[in-house]
Amino acid sequence: MTPQRPYKVYAIADGVVIDHIPAMRALQVLEILGVHHEDQPVDAIVTLGMNMESSKRGRKDIVKIEHKELSKAELNKIALIAPEATVNIIRESIVAEKFKIAIPAVFDGVVQCPNQNCVTNHEPAKTRFLTLATKPVMVKCHHCERVVWQDEIRLLGPR
Amino acid sequence: MTPTFKGRSILSINDFSTEDIIEVLEAAKRMEASKDKGSLLHGKIMASLFFEPSTRTRLSFEAAMHGLGGSVVGFADSGVSSVKKGETLADTTKMVERYADVIVVRHPLDGAVRLMAECTQKPVINGGDGANQHPTQTLLDLYTIKKCQGRITDLHIAMVGDLKYGRTVHSLAMALAKFKCRLSFVSPSQLRMPSQYLDALRSQGTSFEEFGKIEDVIGDADILYMTRIQRERFPDVDEYNKVKDAYILHKGMLENVRSNLRILHPLPRVNEINTDVDGTPYAHYFEQAANGIPVRQALLALVLGAKL
Repeated sequence: MTPQRPYKVYAIADGVVIDHIPAMRALQVLEILGVHHEDQPVDAIVTLGMNMESSKRGRKDIVKIEHKELSKAELNKIALIAPEATVNIIRESIVAEKFKIAIPAVFDGVVQCPNQNCVTNHEPAKTRFLTLATKPVMVKCHHCERVVWQDEIRLLGPR
Repeated sequence: MTPTFKGRSILSINDFSTEDIIEVLEAAKRMEASKDKGSLLHGKIMASLFFEPSTRTRLSFEAAMHGLGGSVVGFADSGVSSVKKGETLADTTKMVERYADVIVVRHPLDGAVRLMAECTQKPVINGGDGANQHPTQTLLDLYTIKKCQGRITDLHIAMVGDLKYGRTVHSLAMALAKFKCRLSFVSPSQLRMPSQYLDALRSQGTSFEEFGKIEDVIGDADILYMTRIQRERFPDVDEYNKVKDAYILHKGMLENVRSNLRILHPLPRVNEINTDVDGTPYAHYFEQAANGIPVRQALLALVLGAKL
């Protein structure tokens, strides 16, 4: 067994740390949060760690974003990409809140139906998916009733 | 508690509890027996919106409504409707709800009818949405099984043919699982019942088996539910030619069957049931089609709150 390598990331005074993201999915999380967009605060530090060693699950990703608060909609999206992630809210340099991501019972306007013949891919309609199982995540399209497994889940792009 | 259907849309058999199904089947039985229903829905208007062609479903819904004294407006081809001009389904629905008391829809897109139901307070009945659901077909299949067997529980029901793409067999299998029936699935390996349905049956504790030949199950079945195998489902014509004859039922195969066996088919058939079967006491597919009338009459009366 290889010894654990030390790593160092900037401590943040205020923001959010999303830990235990499945390895190599951090970029998807950043995409959901839109932190690559130019309208982010210019002084915010974003730290990204990918494929890091984890005692619990072998490898993991982690992201730290300064001056960021997560909305419910963002948490719901992250739940689909990283259902076992942990969220740490940092205020005044201490962990003010820490919680595991929860899978909501319903995803409204989050998931794109992979069924090309689903009405939501043809008509102006908000998609709705119902959670059938959480480990692994399995959801069902409320409209066409297609069951979608975690690996098939695609998020809707910004509209 | 008695289920309340007044104002409710009929969209998917998955929305039905066991009690709901029993209520519909009992209402259909009363409807069929009634001699006094000719003006039950007098003054009510059914919109019949068929965005893709259908013979049985459209005609039986329209005949059902006429038989209860109601009237029908609508179209049988989206080419003549404003959809062709680019109107959204939501707008079409909001317009039609002002003209009708109940809306019956067939649409080629999966989920289209549920989307329409979300745009109106009027009850919407799904007459088939793409490859997804056709709940009135499932209910008439259940009604037919109950009527010809005298019960709907503890039967051995064999489904034959295209079990992969056939929405009727998917919905029927899920519904029969509520009634402790034993299921046999007979199909070529390319057209097996999808695992999502087998998993659902397993989780409900339903007893089922898969087979490759009709002969494997026919001697022991109460119901043989035949479906058509379409050539276009096979990427290779040779593959199709190899299997197609194994799924054609003819009279010679009916020598050692149970006397109560009944053969059903959602129709239209092409050649999967030889016409020499039609004259046997086991053929029941035209009676099945006829049962579409009392079942659809029951649904129309229930959602419109008419008492029979």
